[in-house]
Amino acid sequence: MIESIKKNRLAFLSLHILLVMYILTIFADFISPYPYDVQHRDTPYHPPTQIHFFDQEGKFHLRPFVYGYKMVDPINKLYEIDYSKKYPIYFFTYGEPHYLLGLFKTEIHLFGVKEGKIFLLGADSLGRDILSRILYGARISLSIGLIGVLLSFTVGTIVGGISGYFGGRIDNFIMRVSEILMSFPSFYLMLALRAVFPIDLSSTQVFFMIVVILSFIGWAGLARVVRGMVLSIREMDYVLAARSYGASSFRIITRHIIPNTYSYLLIAATLSVPGYILGESALSLLGLGIQEPYASWGNMLASATSYTAVSSYPWILAPGVAIFITILAFNLLGDALRDALDPKLRRLIK
Amino acid sequence: MILYILKRLYQLIPLVVGITFLSFIIVQLAPGDYLDQLRMNPQISEKTINDMVKVYGLDKPLIIQYINWLLNALRFDLGYSFSYQMPVLELIKDRLFNTLFLSVVSGLIAWLLAIPLGIVAALKPNSLVDRFIQVFSFTFMSMPGFFFAFLMLFFAVKTGLFPTGGAYSPDYEQLSLYEKILDRLWHVSLPAIVIGVGSLAGLVRLVRSTMIEQLQSDYVLFARAKGLPERDVILKHALRNTLNPFITILGFEIASLLSGSALIEIIINWPGMGMLMLDAVLSQDLYLVMGGLYIGAIMLIVGNLIADLLLAKLDPRIRQREVEGVLR
Repeated sequence: MIESIKKNRLAFLSLHILLVMYILTIFADFISPYPYDVQHRDTPYHPPTQIHFFDQEGKFHLRPFVYGYKMVDPINKLYEIDYSKKYPIYFFTYGEPHYLLGLFKTEIHLFGVKEGKIFLLGADSLGRDILSRILYGARISLSIGLIGVLLSFTVGTIVGGISGYFGGRIDNFIMRVSEILMSFPSFYLMLALRAVFPIDLSSTQVFFMIVVILSFIGWAGLARVVRGMVLSIREMDYVLAARSYGASSFRIITRHIIPNTYSYLLIAATLSVPGYILGESALSLLGLGIQEPYASWGNMLASATSYTAVSSYPWILAPGVAIFITILAFNLLGDALRDALDPKLRRLIK
Repeated sequence: MILYILKRLYQLIPLVVGITFLSFIIVQLAPGDYLDQLRMNPQISEKTINDMVKVYGLDKPLIIQYINWLLNALRFDLGYSFSYQMPVLELIKDRLFNTLFLSVVSGLIAWLLAIPLGIVAALKPNSLVDRFIQVFSFTFMSMPGFFFAFLMLFFAVKTGLFPTGGAYSPDYEQLSLYEKILDRLWHVSLPAIVIGVGSLAGLVRLVRSTMIEQLQSDYVLFARAKGLPERDVILKHALRNTLNPFITILGFEIASLLSGSALIEIIINWPGMGMLMLDAVLSQDLYLVMGGLYIGAIMLIVGNLIADLLLAKLDPRIRQREVEGVLR
């Protein structure tokens, strides 16, 4: 399988993009120049600062630098580059203290400026660095996909396995329950389930609430597919063989039947991560998920609902681009996995 | 066919009971109850609230409350919205029309484009056109709907080509019938494009792969061998077989259109069910949440039912299998 991903250049690239993203996320507090909640009230909607190697006179500087910006229109928050001020960028420089990997207290950041400000992707309405917030927000968006998929796939596989293997009344009951869940338009169900929880929760509680809501909606469809697969696998000779030497139902399900669904599950898992990322962003976008000051890609986009803000400060759309790239990578990867495991279509094209 | 329809309707009974029960449970689990909002209003006396408890049967055991609600819900009497001060059904009616209208238009955009584009891509796999369609499809499959909505909204404001928000113009009442229709279509176009393109992206890939598969099959080879013009081979033979599985997908599409439209509605300010549900959740208007959930599910079930009946109409094998299951 890995071989065929390597052959598919786009999927290979996606895999690497995702790996890099997860690594960036783990070291978010080290890589980001500012903590997610530091506000620069004097520079709201600061435009992205470009990194320069050459100055106005065309002179080359080995150490890259950014120009200072000065606000020219405090009402519309418009800025102009102030070419007289140059701030060199330092690497492994001192900044706000943070805990690397949650363990080691350090003040070293990957890069930063000693004076002036560096906003590689601009700043939001409170003057918070968007790049830093995207990196911190990635912690939520990227982990919610994995944890949500893990939870709903565990439940879905076990329930679907039981349903398909035993059949009869249990099967009937489980299938009716999953039908009921699938009869709701998922966004409506998501909103209604959100109403079950109090509006004001701590950020950790909100995180787990979102995972629980999305998994509660997500397990049903999967359970049905697994059930269908189990129904056909159950009739295979090797299951009969296992039964003939007296293996228990539990052993047959977990050792013989479910492992045969792994390849499908892997594809389905890869392709369903985007759903969880989107679910979280949608809830946070509407103010029902992760709350300020904590960053999530969804709640960062809440300010983009105003088109006047978007037209004057287009860089506030950056989190949307981050969501797009992540989802694209997951889709391309899932697609390549599917091609690898189901080569029928590819053969037909050739 | 009638037997088949009856069977499908019979199967719906446990589903509707389950759906209403789940909606009811969800609302019961929510903190606070129906009258909390009224209790906070100092102008409403304790006595009025106690009277309302009696009128709405809120002092009875839960199961009785559920049965009462269910009996009313079957007659589409969905209770009273305390935050809007009007019956839930009245509130939902207009919104429901808007949501259905939006879903139908976006569905049409998606299907009417997906089928020709999918065929064109399938006729020459890996050609330039095919690659272009693939890139388009991957881009919009991965583009979050709300993000696309932001971009389109921005585009609409800059160019003034589309109205931003609302289902019709303020002077709608004075327009002639023909102008009214145009006005509605003009207003629906922006959200419908956003939702339609998102759904088109996924569909076009499916049409393409099914078509490729069909074009390789023996009957296509045979049709070509007996000298049928390529046009007929594709349109009369391959296309028909390609479209069959898509009627099943139609059912799923309805689900994703309804669900996908809810968020877009909120962002583009389209007065549909999605906005109503959000308001209801934010103001803890529980009857409204329950009613919205119920109507949403009913819409989906009816949509799936239509898809099933359509499939049974086109494919007698399915009809026969299902009905035999009943008689046996």
